[in-house]
Amino acid sequence: MQADIDFSHYLKRTGAGLLQLDLAVEGINCASCMGKIERNLSSIPDVTSARVNLTDHRLALEWKAGALDPALFVKRLAELGYRAYPFQRNNAETLETERARSLLRRLSVAAFAAMNVMMLSIPVWSGNVSDMLPEQRDFFHWLSALIVLPAAAYSAQPFLSSAFAALRARRANMDVPISIGILLALATSLIETIGHAEHTYFDAAIMLIAFLLAGRYLDQNMRRRTRAFASNLAALKAETAAKFISPTEIRTVPAAAIKPGDIVLLRPGECCTVDGNVIEGRSEVDQSLITGETLPAIATPGSAVFAGTLVRSGTLRVRATAASGDTLLAEVSRLLDHALQARSRYLRLAERASRLYAPIVHATAFLTMLGWLASGATFHDSVVTAIAVLIITCPCALGLAIPAVQTVASGALFRSGVLLNAGDAIERIAGVNRVIFDKTGTLTLPELDVANLASIPDDVVKLAGRLALSSRHPVAAAVARAAGASEPLADIEEEPGRGVQGYYEGAPIRLGRPSFCGADILADEVLCRDPEASVVAFSHGGAKHVFAVRQRMRPDAAEVVAGLARLGIMVEIVSGDREPAVRRAAETLGIHKWRANVSPVDKVARIESLTSRSYKVLMVGDGLNDAPALAAAHASMSPVTATHMSQAVADAVFLGERLGPVMTAVSGSRRALLLMRQNLWLAVVYNVLAVPVAIAGLVTPLIAAAAMSASSVLVMLNALRARTREAV
Amino acid sequence: MEVLVYLVPLALALGFVGLLGFLWSLKSGQYDDLDGAAWRAVADDEPNGPSTPGPTSANGPARL
Repeated sequence: MQADIDFSHYLKRTGAGLLQLDLAVEGINCASCMGKIERNLSSIPDVTSARVNLTDHRLALEWKAGALDPALFVKRLAELGYRAYPFQRNNAETLETERARSLLRRLSVAAFAAMNVMMLSIPVWSGNVSDMLPEQRDFFHWLSALIVLPAAAYSAQPFLSSAFAALRARRANMDVPISIGILLALATSLIETIGHAEHTYFDAAIMLIAFLLAGRYLDQNMRRRTRAFASNLAALKAETAAKFISPTEIRTVPAAAIKPGDIVLLRPGECCTVDGNVIEGRSEVDQSLITGETLPAIATPGSAVFAGTLVRSGTLRVRATAASGDTLLAEVSRLLDHALQARSRYLRLAERASRLYAPIVHATAFLTMLGWLASGATFHDSVVTAIAVLIITCPCALGLAIPAVQTVASGALFRSGVLLNAGDAIERIAGVNRVIFDKTGTLTLPELDVANLASIPDDVVKLAGRLALSSRHPVAAAVARAAGASEPLADIEEEPGRGVQGYYEGAPIRLGRPSFCGADILADEVLCRDPEASVVAFSHGGAKHVFAVRQRMRPDAAEVVAGLARLGIMVEIVSGDREPAVRRAAETLGIHKWRANVSPVDKVARIESLTSRSYKVLMVGDGLNDAPALAAAHASMSPVTATHMSQAVADAVFLGERLGPVMTAVSGSRRALLLMRQNLWLAVVYNVLAVPVAIAGLVTPLIAAAAMSASSVLVMLNALRARTREAV
Repeated sequence: MEVLVYLVPLALALGFVGLLGFLWSLKSGQYDDLDGAAWRAVADDEPNGPSTPGPTSANGPARL
């Protein structure tokens, strides 16, 4: 299966006749894995370098061109117990990485300047109270200006350009007061230096820049890491398609390389990775990932299939289309656009804080100046005092307050299997008081499971499982999994669309449709007991048995529903599946509110009606039909098995078989939001204490520097408390 | 005090060399994998074991 990957799409040639390949590797979680993989792959002759990146779980390989087949690496890694898949950095990730690097560069310049200016400032502060000559002080001030002005010109660019862009658009953001503060402080200090004054604020200005850049860098690095992990997941999903490269020849290529007009082969048991139209063949298809409907539909030439459709019985040839003109997909895209526009109206905590902050601080500074003028101080002294107010109210605690908590909290969530997609996801998830679950693939696991295992003798199950190994039908695969079968029977042939048959111990043995095994009556009985199951029959000689196959609940779904109720969150199910199936799931989990047969439009309508009654809804879903609802909800999550579109619009993606991460995300976000608020209050308290001192004109550069560092460090330390995870 | 005229620029120059060093290390990718770097420091550098040449048969495209 893995052997026929087409690697040519992923290889990079270097100048020296070497080939490079990046692999995303699953299962690297410790340092010994790193050594093991590197040692093993470096030992292959002609491999010039094998280096594991433990942060991003990737492996970079380099070898002499033409010497070996890249498939060997994947095979070697599989032998070591790691699943690997070639992967290519997408543009978004490259951009994020580049941005994080440039912030780190600017941060290092600002930090260097801040440290070296301190070397000059401390003598001045101590000299001011002892025996420093004015000439010496001026010399030190000029040196400070020489260091700080170029450093600030380089490192403050992110704030200045963002503030400029905001002003051009007639908006104010957090960067506007920051930029005003920095520019005023630098300008005043320069004028004071020229005027032989006692105090300058060069050190304060550059420290402010350094602290704020640290906050920005943390924020950016968190986003980069999430993005890197998400691309690994996408690569490891190994979405490939069997593309016809001539009328009779197929080749497995990455799904991303399929262009509209290409013809793709879909075999039974395969999941379609492209949108397109069937041009040949007939098959039952499972569209549960698209519509939530668990009963199979029939695909014939002319019908549309979407990425995520599972082919059950026959083989299909599909012509890929760019955007299917089908009503469902078009409708979903239209709803999605509408919902995303509505979402962009959400105001982040930081933005709300800065909207309050800027006018208050600027008004205070202005009033300070007027007050001093009124009390008879010189214009120069009044302005300097006003600027001291601006500097001491520095937004560095404010600028660090939220990114620091976000970084720590998202790291903690990351370790418990939740990947955050959006920067403000934590705030929005923390605010929810209603959770809507989709059923198929969200409350239930995407794989099928045998429900009536208890009523069938063990030896029959084992034998049926071994026979099922010869079929590619997903229902048969469920029987094989349930039996834990690993040895297929010999000489088995498959009758497409009907089942598999052969001989075992001299008697005919069959597995497939009830009619194929002559077990119609038995199948009807099973279906009466369990109406939404798929049935697969098994006959050996005269003995007949029917397996009921259905989707299994996630193992901890009931606990999560109960846990959410303890947090005071009402849970409901809104599903596209049929009523009996949804009713059963709701009863199993003890959920009183549920809706079945819901179209994408109605899902959005349900969320909007809850929103209009001022509920804040967390939508958890995986299907294409959930995508608009995910975008319309206050916050949203998807399992990692969801369709691309759903994952792209969800605020967070959770990994694994369990539903627990949803609970963790809610409780972890609530805790993080609490800490963010605490941090903002800490910043406010600091300002309330510091501002009167500044208004009184008592703030020297020494006090400003000490107060600023102290408040930033306090906020950072408080943010680290987001690490401790409560047991869920 | 005259000595300051030499010492201060000298101190700044040394700091600047440090900054250039950091920028160089950033550019050469030493901060790309901090988790890995932390462990590499304590890993046992065993010499590579006997090299086992693997199979190098190339699988062509699947034929229908």
